[in-house]
Amino acid sequence: MDEKRIVIALAGNPNSGKTTIFNNLTGARQHVGNYPGVTVEKKEGWLKHRGFEIEVIDLPGTYGLSAYSPDEVVARNVIVNDKPDLVVNIADASNLERSLYLNTQLKELEVPIVLVLNMADVAEKNGITINYELMSQLLGMTVVRAVGTKNEGTVTILDAVVNTFAGEDKPSERMLRYRPEIEEEINSLLELPFAGRQSGSPSSEAAAAAGNLDGILNYPLRWTIIKLLERDRELTKKLENNSEGKVLLKQIEQSRQRITDKTGDDPEMALVEDRYAFIRGVCREASQITVISKQSLTEKIDNVLLNRALGIPLFLGMMWLLFQLTFTLGTPPMEWIEAGFTALGGWLNEVMAEGLLRSLLVDGIIAGVGGVIVFLPNILLLFLGIAFLESTGYMARAAFVMDKVMHQAGLHGKSFVPMLIGFGCTVPALMASRTLENPRDRLVTMLVTPLMSCGARLPVYTLLIGAFFAPQIAGNILFSLYIIGIVLAIIMARVFRTWLLPGESEPFVMELPIYRLPTLKSVLIHMWERAWLYLKKAGTIILALSIVMWGLFTFPTVDKEGYEFESAVEQVENSYAGRMGKVIEPVLRPLGFDWKTGVALVAGLGAKEIVVSTLGTLYSIEDEEGLAEEEEPVVKSFAQRAREQSGYSPLVAYVLMLFTLIYVPCLAVVAVMKRETNGWKWPLFTVGYTIVLAWVVCFLVYRGGLLLGIG
Amino acid sequence: MMSKTLKDLAPGEKARIKAVSGNGSVRRRIIEMGLVPGVELTMERYAPLGDPVEVSNPGFFLSLRKEEADTIVLEENAEEEQ
Repeated sequence: MDEKRIVIALAGNPNSGKTTIFNNLTGARQHVGNYPGVTVEKKEGWLKHRGFEIEVIDLPGTYGLSAYSPDEVVARNVIVNDKPDLVVNIADASNLERSLYLNTQLKELEVPIVLVLNMADVAEKNGITINYELMSQLLGMTVVRAVGTKNEGTVTILDAVVNTFAGEDKPSERMLRYRPEIEEEINSLLELPFAGRQSGSPSSEAAAAAGNLDGILNYPLRWTIIKLLERDRELTKKLENNSEGKVLLKQIEQSRQRITDKTGDDPEMALVEDRYAFIRGVCREASQITVISKQSLTEKIDNVLLNRALGIPLFLGMMWLLFQLTFTLGTPPMEWIEAGFTALGGWLNEVMAEGLLRSLLVDGIIAGVGGVIVFLPNILLLFLGIAFLESTGYMARAAFVMDKVMHQAGLHGKSFVPMLIGFGCTVPALMASRTLENPRDRLVTMLVTPLMSCGARLPVYTLLIGAFFAPQIAGNILFSLYIIGIVLAIIMARVFRTWLLPGESEPFVMELPIYRLPTLKSVLIHMWERAWLYLKKAGTIILALSIVMWGLFTFPTVDKEGYEFESAVEQVENSYAGRMGKVIEPVLRPLGFDWKTGVALVAGLGAKEIVVSTLGTLYSIEDEEGLAEEEEPVVKSFAQRAREQSGYSPLVAYVLMLFTLIYVPCLAVVAVMKRETNGWKWPLFTVGYTIVLAWVVCFLVYRGGLLLGIG
Repeated sequence: MMSKTLKDLAPGEKARIKAVSGNGSVRRRIIEMGLVPGVELTMERYAPLGDPVEVSNPGFFLSLRKEEADTIVLEENAEEEQ
């Protein structure tokens, strides 16, 4: 049974249509997870073909296998450590030379390869004719034609996989040869006795290196030596920590020097140039350009979309559409979900007897589950939009248009989308940061996105502004909050970039893929994947945290003597959350807040809009039916009562809004960040830094305001 | 005299790569994407805000920031070739 199982790894450049092929091969039978220890996503799928059980591991899209990005390290480690039976490399047929570069790298890893020339229709339309038979011979592997978007070639790929696995198609073991000066050095390094080989004239130093490099150098030997000649970061680091390794590195350095002396080129460049020379040779023989291609559709579209005058307005229009799609279309279903859960809670309130169990069910669990599901419409619609923008090729253009602005803030052109979505809701915004490939850019983006004022903070602003500020300046006050959020995000991005995540500047060498229409299937699978991950990973944490919040506000239910509290206010005051409010009061005093405000801020951890209702309860601002009545009179009465009973000055009210803007977005955000960064470190850091930042900013504004005599 | 780099190319101009200076991951990415000596590049356009720039080589389009474009040294006789 076991021998009927084939494990294949799917490799390919970004934009080679790898995901489409993966979906064609595996359909819905896939699983998304993370590679251990890194935030690189791991997708696997399963299928059956000609009696074989085939497992497909989708490697991250890469251009090469150097150790410069985590994606590349993951890709090569999977091939070396997980030992797939063969690698299916997806190349873009319309862009052969660049696509074949990765193929030369895979080949050196000494793993059987099936090469798929995808997007063959585009190549053919551009007048490129490919002789697959000849290319197979030249490269020493099966080469097949495919058009992923039309589901052409899927069976051919699988046949090639089975044939290669069963040994009917034998890949050649011949390796790419570099220029003689380099081969000479590779050969003399191969002579060294490591990997247990005896050699003619080993130096005693090198002989000592042999045994102890086991487990460090578990890659194919020739590949390892070539990578070391290229000063591969990961391999070099491994060797540096090992005395025998240092000896080897010294030999490598000498070889590098000799290569430079003899060729006049540095080894990195010489090796890459030789690979491209080989590829050009193969392409010249096995492919032909028969038609001189005129201006392509992509160029025509880009002449408009990237036009110097129109580029930015069109980009902003596109973003506006994305925002509208997510939030305007998403709001009605959100309201239905909210109404549904409220109704369910109301029904339980009626049929169940009053007590802890009912309270747990209604205020803890149902509210918690509702709090999870309520984000689903936004997430589904946002990822529908993002999947479309990404797979058409526009996302790369958006980054191209915005990069200058974002780069000045220490971010990347692609950071714009998550930050914009952050104005709607931070939860999908953090998930949108996945479009950033560079982990450092992505992390900084995630850390500052919560500062974009989300929709849940708006009710806090509206109520407080309505209560404490004249209608003439209300708009300006509101606007100032949004602007402060943006300015803080830019400042913090620069700070994080400079001190927290310093390092060499990240390249913005990005391909602008040709435009194409995505398949509905790909878009839907992408959308569903995100939603499912959110429900499974973030949802459970949000639910758990909601129940904890419920507990903090509910217990203890009786006072020390065992009597029930007389009023809701008294109950909240004596709850754990209430006590927390009192404990933190000394810290909040300098900002002009009392313990009741503290409790409201604790409650706001659950969701920002709760700040206002908690303040309402504590100051007995609303009467029993309060918020259930029609909007107008409630706001007015709230405003009047808030002014009379809270004792806030407009300055304190403003500072409270500022604090609400800056401190911990909400528990759902913490949960999603945990899921997206694969650990608790960064969400906890975000909780910490936003609280400190909120305090500092509020302190400055409050004290400054007092000095200026406002308030 | 400073040598001519990709940054100096005006939209529509073509030139061959002479060398790629710089080091580390940026250079690695640039050369692995096929921007090696001898390859001819066309400057397609500057971004609406002037940076980054887009270049093409038959088959693909690439964008890079000007600071990165500045590491790509070009052969001098670009204009005549056109």
